[in-house]
Amino acid sequence: MPGAIHAEGLVKTFGDVKALDGVDLDVPEGTVLGLLGPNGAGKTTAVRCLTTLLTPDSGKAVVAGIDVLKNPNEVRRSIGLSGQFAAVDEYLTGRENLQMVGQLYQMKAKQAKARAAELLERFNLADAADRPSKTYSGGMRRRLDLAAALVVSPPVMFMDEPTTGLDPRNRQQLWEVIQELVAGGTTLLLTTQYLEEADHLAHDICVVDHGRVIARGTSDQLKAQTGGERVEVVVHEREHIGAAREVLAGLGKGETTVEQHTRKLTVPVTGGAKLLAEVIRDLDARGIEIDDIGLRRPTLDDVFISLTGHLAEQADEESDETVEAAK
Amino acid sequence: MTAVTDTPRPAAPRPAGGIGQSVRDSLVVAKRNLIRMTRIPEMILFGLIQPVMFVVLFTYVFGGSMQIGDTTDPDVYKNFLMAGIFAQTVTFATAGAGAGIADDMHKGLIDRFRSLPMARGAVLTGRTVADLVQTAITLLVLAVVALLVGWRPGSAEPTNFGKIMGGFALLLLLGYAFTWIGALIGLSVRTPEAATSGGLIWLFPVTFLSNAFVDSSKMTPWLRHVADWNPFSATVQACRKLFGDPGLSPSDAWPMQHPVWASLIYSVLILVVFRTLAVRKYRNASA
Repeated sequence: MPGAIHAEGLVKTFGDVKALDGVDLDVPEGTVLGLLGPNGAGKTTAVRCLTTLLTPDSGKAVVAGIDVLKNPNEVRRSIGLSGQFAAVDEYLTGRENLQMVGQLYQMKAKQAKARAAELLERFNLADAADRPSKTYSGGMRRRLDLAAALVVSPPVMFMDEPTTGLDPRNRQQLWEVIQELVAGGTTLLLTTQYLEEADHLAHDICVVDHGRVIARGTSDQLKAQTGGERVEVVVHEREHIGAAREVLAGLGKGETTVEQHTRKLTVPVTGGAKLLAEVIRDLDARGIEIDDIGLRRPTLDDVFISLTGHLAEQADEESDETVEAAK
Repeated sequence: MTAVTDTPRPAAPRPAGGIGQSVRDSLVVAKRNLIRMTRIPEMILFGLIQPVMFVVLFTYVFGGSMQIGDTTDPDVYKNFLMAGIFAQTVTFATAGAGAGIADDMHKGLIDRFRSLPMARGAVLTGRTVADLVQTAITLLVLAVVALLVGWRPGSAEPTNFGKIMGGFALLLLLGYAFTWIGALIGLSVRTPEAATSGGLIWLFPVTFLSNAFVDSSKMTPWLRHVADWNPFSATVQACRKLFGDPGLSPSDAWPMQHPVWASLIYSVLILVVFRTLAVRKYRNASA
């Protein structure tokens, strides 16, 4: 049975740029799919195609059992979208914003009013409900935007980089809200640039780059594929690099890489903190002085390097702008 | 934060589609835009200052040196001028509509609206209707100022209240049609700033290559031709006729001979064409 969100062979081209180059996705009901990738990878374009904002050049998409291309307006009744920008009217109060969205979801005025009050309460915005949202903090605006997406409690939610630009406290808060949503049975597709976020929230992760899904699996599977944890050591004296290398070669699970100019050695490991302690003891026993040592977990960059052989680099931001320009 | 989820509500307690939904959705969006206007009162203020300034400048600076027909009487020019200023003022609403819609695009609000199960043209209709309300207010204030500086409807031909209201109705229709041009501009440019200047620049030649501020029968022949057939001139001529103002163009051109019909036809044509284009553009809009 196809999932609550199902896409096959989505292609979307802007001028010369293939923003989506044959994307397949499947999100079973009640689960969270994290779409992970750098700027310009095609994440936003995928969300825009699935939420009826863009028509793909080819491919098919079904959301909440409804064909996105054939019945876009039916799909709109069953989805909530929370974008990268907090899309609320800054001159309207929080309450006015939510009432407006409710009415445009075809609720009766009275019903929209009651729902707005309820959501303001739940998103800790009741005190600020009658202030123009211009006066809200970034976190408050993001919560209002999310509340607007939840006005009809849609069975399927799309969130495009929900926490980009938020401080850690607000990010944490938003994560909690998202987790509650999912616990309530909502199916969610979320895009993010942060592996940590996908790790925390998503059941499955799709890594996208240049409009293609280049890897998919659970967070653990991806990390295993990336090589898992590694130990990084910066030795104090350049002469000690050789000796340190011997120590790491003995304890690590792969090839040790050395950056001469920074005196940094890196080796993949398994065993976590316990192994780190071992490395420190051995280095100490050999009298190797160290400036820094640590256990590093894979970052998005690591996943990218291992999957594509290139960094999730700045060049992608440029191609993102090309995409914008092509529109 | 307490639980966010609850029993899903029926997504569509109202029947979908139809004229009823279009009207409802448009009104919801119009209300939103009107609330915005009250929260940015300086916008309305600036919208008023400019035409009032034009009335005063044209009346007192140009008034004494303008020949209308056979006369250079400043009082005749004053009465001649007002229809032109009114018409120019209503067309300037174009820039406001364009800037507002470009701003909505820029801020992601258009994306939000487009992801909602609402009537297709409602976002643009709501915006243009709100602009129409603002134009009506501006026009009312402007008419009062015009009366204060000495505009007297019926100074050249007899008129009555109904005809005068008819003139204002034509002005509002022209303004409404032009806001759809603004809507299309707003959807086509990248920034609200570009929409403001892009919405204004072309209005200067359109409003000046006309009978609005000078006696077009004194223009060089090819310019006179342009002025006679300019849709904008038709509304100005219609208003002069309905207001009983002096300086009707004696031209044989059809729009000058039948200005009320010409004004209606032009405005409806502009409205239909640009509404169609703008709504199509909206459906494929992306920020």
